Amino acid sequence: MAAPAAKMDLTEARIATLSMPEGAAWATDARNAALARVREMGLPTRRDEYWRYTDPATLTQASAPRAAIFDDRDEPPVFGDIDKLNIVFVDGVFSPEKSDPLEMAGLEIERLSDVLSTDIHWAKDLYGVRETAGQDPVARPLAALNTAFATDGVVIRATGKAERPVCFIYLHRDETSDATLHHLVKVETGAEVTILEIGPAAARFNKCMEIDVADGAAFHHVRAQGRDHERRAATHMFARVGADALYKSFTLTANGVMTRNEHVIEIVGDNASAHVAGAALGDGASAPFHHDDTVFITHDALNGESRQVYKKVLRNGAEGVFQGKILVKEGAQKTDGYQISQSLLLDEDSSFQAKPELEIYADDVACSHGSTTGAIDEEALFYLRSRGVPTEIATDLLVIAFLAEAIDEIESEALREDIIARLMHWLERRRQG
Amino acid sequence: MLEIKGLAVKLEEEDKQILKGVDLSVEAGKVHAIMGPNGSGKSTLSYVLSGRDGYEVTGGSASLEGEDLLEMDPEERAAAGLFLAFQYPVEIPGVGNMTFLRTALNAQRKARGEEEMSAGDFLKLIRAKAKDLKIDADMLKRPVNVGFSGGEKKRNEILQMAMLEPKMCILDETDSGLDVDAMKLVSEGVNALRSEGRGFLVITHYQRLLDHIKPDVVHIMADGRIVKTGGPELALEVEKNGYADILAEVA
Repeated sequence: MAAPAAKMDLTEARIATLSMPEGAAWATDARNAALARVREMGLPTRRDEYWRYTDPATLTQASAPRAAIFDDRDEPPVFGDIDKLNIVFVDGVFSPEKSDPLEMAGLEIERLSDVLSTDIHWAKDLYGVRETAGQDPVARPLAALNTAFATDGVVIRATGKAERPVCFIYLHRDETSDATLHHLVKVETGAEVTILEIGPAAARFNKCMEIDVADGAAFHHVRAQGRDHERRAATHMFARVGADALYKSFTLTANGVMTRNEHVIEIVGDNASAHVAGAALGDGASAPFHHDDTVFITHDALNGESRQVYKKVLRNGAEGVFQGKILVKEGAQKTDGYQISQSLLLDEDSSFQAKPELEIYADDVACSHGSTTGAIDEEALFYLRSRGVPTEIATDLLVIAFLAEAIDEIESEALREDIIARLMHWLERRRQG
Repeated sequence: MLEIKGLAVKLEEEDKQILKGVDLSVEAGKVHAIMGPNGSGKSTLSYVLSGRDGYEVTGGSASLEGEDLLEMDPEERAAAGLFLAFQYPVEIPGVGNMTFLRTALNAQRKARGEEEMSAGDFLKLIRAKAKDLKIDADMLKRPVNVGFSGGEKKRNEILQMAMLEPKMCILDETDSGLDVDAMKLVSEGVNALRSEGRGFLVITHYQRLLDHIKPDVVHIMADGRIVKTGGPELALEVEKNGYADILAEVA
């Protein structure tokens, strides 16, 4: 089906601003195929079913809207005390000077541009492949656009248990930067890796990560998105999870005028688990806040387990969106799917929209979903105040308590505590104005 | 210590007068008990003194060491030295008991212009106090009151009282939901806090708590007023004859 003319114009206008990097023949084929998909689907507009609650206009327009740079240099950085391998990007460009050497036992780490220029590389079976699979049944044109034009990224192959996390640090230094990064992570049988991501990356950031978790392997992902109020981000995580494998991802979002985080996960091996979680802290006081989590988990194997845990705290007109789907294919018996999306609205100006979906074709499964929107618990607030805790601090304690279920999805205690500490620090800073 | 004069209170949402002129004075070092039938306004008095929403003061005054309580926010009252042990302690999932208590203690100290207590000193103090109340390390780590039994919740209230060292303690039906052993433990905790500089107001429906926490003065409350005041013998009279005789006598 051809896209409507207005959509085509929009799509071509965006494509015209981009140029396809050169590379090996297979890479160019993958990019051209992706470009064809973009042209076929057209970039999203508000009329698309999965964009009803989030206006993609600023994500698709030809150039990136300006975003002021948030100065957090006087604060302890996220994961500052975690022993990790840092890979730094400045406005979407890999910085070898700022990065650690790309070496770690149990991992092969390469730069995407090098990989895509190599004639024979395993990445051929992953680059654009998970993304393509993830286009059905819901189109994700921004991800295809990413595959076609990504300028940089990291390619990781885990062959053993990585001794420490790999951290992508995305610095934002140019108020009009428009970054497109694409990462590949292949976790071989029985291997384990933890990927961390921090920072805003650019005024506008399109990021795609394709992940292959082989049998018995584990992939952990913890992300703290940049706090630049005016930054925009559209991110996609496409994963395929094998037998007895584990996929876990947690995202902390504080601030951001526009964030759309998508997860597309396919459980293809028996006894596998996929957990995705998000904690968002939105305050529309300094700039509008809009945050959208869109998740699609497909169970296509026996005895699979999945969890979607999303919590949003919204105030001063902040907007939250959750679109989550569990698809259980025929034969995916004994699937255990859980989905919860909750918002805590600290005033009447803020809003939360949730679209939970279950589609089940197997008859022996346990799937549950729930969505709630509520205000602060006045009883708890009074209890805290009656012990001498001022209202603002009491509210923040209750905010952290509300987010706890999502944060608890982080498996590593050190990472979990780091996230809680940063969150408390940010809340404290906010209280102090 | 606590001076209440002609306190009149109605519900904010309804035209219902709950307190109709309460006069009460609790001196430092003394334990006053308020007894009364259900619906007499005992719990409302405790809530109004601690600053809970939903009530409108239509007359009278309440002060703590000369400071007007009714003008203060709940947290200011706490920092001024008022403590209410809740009849139904609130469960707060996600907030650890220790975090809660340390935040409360340091917020009060800060409000009074005192230095905050270090993590180490706090830990030492809470461990000692928890031990006296037979509160184990696990209970301290768990979220506030979540999954606690009735007795554990009340012990947790007394632990908070012991940590915060208030000047004026109000215990609202602390005996409700307690078995004999728990009542003994809670009472011992309260008795250990009795001191010259501290006043207590013990609200209870039954005399049995007063066997363990011996009051100096007993008030009978009915229909929003203190209708009779006497010594500990008044509690025994209630125990023996119920409230009917006393209410008939003052009517």
